[in-house]
Amino acid sequence: MSTVVTPEVLWWALIPVILLSVSAMLLLTVASLVRHLPSFLAQAWTVVTGLAVLVASVPMWNEVRDTGPRSFLGGTVAVDGSTVLATAALAIAVVATALLARLYLVREDLPGVELYVLLMLSAAGGVVMVSADDLIVLFLGLEILSIAVYVLAALHLRRIESQEAALKYFVLGAFASAFLLYGIALLYGATGSTRMALVSEHLSSVVLFDDGMLLAGIGLILVGLAFKVAAVPFHAWTPDVYQGAPSPVVAWMAAGVKVAGFASMVRVLVVTLSTHVSDWSPAVGVLGGLSVVVGASMAVLQTDVRRMLAYSSIAHAGFLLLGVQAADAQGTAAVYAYLVVYTLLATGSFAVLTVVGGPGDEAHGLDTYRGLAHRRPVLAGAFTLLLLGQAGIPFTGGFVAKLGVLAAAVEGQSYWLAGIAMLAAAIAAFVYLRILVAMYMEDGDLEEPEHSKDAVVPLGAWIVIGMACIGVLAIGIVPGPLMELARDAVPVLVGG
Amino acid sequence: MVVTTSWYLVLGAVLFSLGAVGLLTRRNPLVMFMCVELMLNAVNLTFVSLGAALGDLGGQLAVFFVLVVAAAEVVVGLAVVVAIMRRRQGATVDDLSVLGG
Repeated sequence: MSTVVTPEVLWWALIPVILLSVSAMLLLTVASLVRHLPSFLAQAWTVVTGLAVLVASVPMWNEVRDTGPRSFLGGTVAVDGSTVLATAALAIAVVATALLARLYLVREDLPGVELYVLLMLSAAGGVVMVSADDLIVLFLGLEILSIAVYVLAALHLRRIESQEAALKYFVLGAFASAFLLYGIALLYGATGSTRMALVSEHLSSVVLFDDGMLLAGIGLILVGLAFKVAAVPFHAWTPDVYQGAPSPVVAWMAAGVKVAGFASMVRVLVVTLSTHVSDWSPAVGVLGGLSVVVGASMAVLQTDVRRMLAYSSIAHAGFLLLGVQAADAQGTAAVYAYLVVYTLLATGSFAVLTVVGGPGDEAHGLDTYRGLAHRRPVLAGAFTLLLLGQAGIPFTGGFVAKLGVLAAAVEGQSYWLAGIAMLAAAIAAFVYLRILVAMYMEDGDLEEPEHSKDAVVPLGAWIVIGMACIGVLAIGIVPGPLMELARDAVPVLVGG
Repeated sequence: MVVTTSWYLVLGAVLFSLGAVGLLTRRNPLVMFMCVELMLNAVNLTFVSLGAALGDLGGQLAVFFVLVVAAAEVVVGLAVVVAIMRRRQGATVDDLSVLGG
């Protein structure tokens, strides 16, 4: 009698995925058995799960540092520094989104736990994505992440804007997934494996005479990932989706989806395809340059603050691509540091938007922010700090992050790109200044909008905004620890 | 005439392009979903023929994962379309233009 050989499993490295998915399933089961589950319980459940993942990542980090990166499950899943750091960033985004969600759900009279369940499942997909050591596993993670987010975008059943955003996101997301998958298929054809370690090994040992299939594969993978992280010219869905989807969901899209997208982009391009840097790096550079310029200049033209932040998120994606195209340890570390800072900035900013948005999630015009500093000085002050952080003003985390990717680009001799990015950063600063001017200088609107008169900012939103502000300031003043973490997080490929 | 792997690869590429062009030009959400399916199945064909050419099972295994993902994707897509159609009978994607700045 023969025994079935099962692959080695490192259970401790799977803790984040297990925690998130089991917790989501349990919440769904409990909510369908108990008739009126108090809404704060679902929120607390999700926050605790997110915090548990965050806490679990500390021993995982130490373990990886002591024993080195490992690959398991037949070489399809890996655990290394980058995996753990990206998982922690995803956990922060989950906690922040869950804290914001209840405020929105109560205000919009949307009972049910779907948002929390889908959020945790989406995060589980994100964790699978950042720990993938096989391109098919990467694709599965991406789909688990994305499909949950499509539903999240459509969550508000009574608003046609929400459904329109979901349909647009779904169609373009599915389109992008198909491109990515076709790219994976061609890469498989060219190298004979979908496992990243084997692909990399094959490419470094064999010289291909006819590398057309390989190049087409790399190109298609790049297009698919560029869609997901919203890089120009694959950004068209972003403003509409950010405008239409529920604000807390947008916080998750901006922070969580970007972290997972860029972490896997680094794994595929910088690490797996390191032998073909000269093929993909110029393309990534062009995408990055276009993204910073188009993102910053289109943001100037918007009158809806959510669309402004959508375009500014496109500009942020451009900066991140600058770090990716450098294709070295310095660039990769800069990308991870940027991702952590951006998670804080995005969740904090969209927390403010969720609060100001008011009933119906409608009030996002620049007019709404007119005189906000007089009505709600603390909220306006926090938003100021977050916007300055996004602009990259010194002594905020944004400065540290931007400096990191620019230094990596200059080090990689991409002087033009660095110059364009700095110019675009100046244009983007003007956008944030416009919101600041509206908040502080213009007080024509002393008559408050009806809904905000007695509106109290709920505790959950305060926690998110407060933590984001503290984090952004702390990283801005003492950048050392984060830089060190990001340096240690450089991804490595291990053959299984 | 011998049918080689490259025939299948070309067929896959043609089907994929048909799906991509269809997705970009058609206006009915249901037809757009069908185009996505066409693209994914073109990839499946590519995976299977490459797997056969390489003598590797991985290509055929990948198809199972893709099938499951495609099914899940369509379930969500149809749900969104049904939610929209309930409010607006016979809507095409051109009718959905509330968002914009």
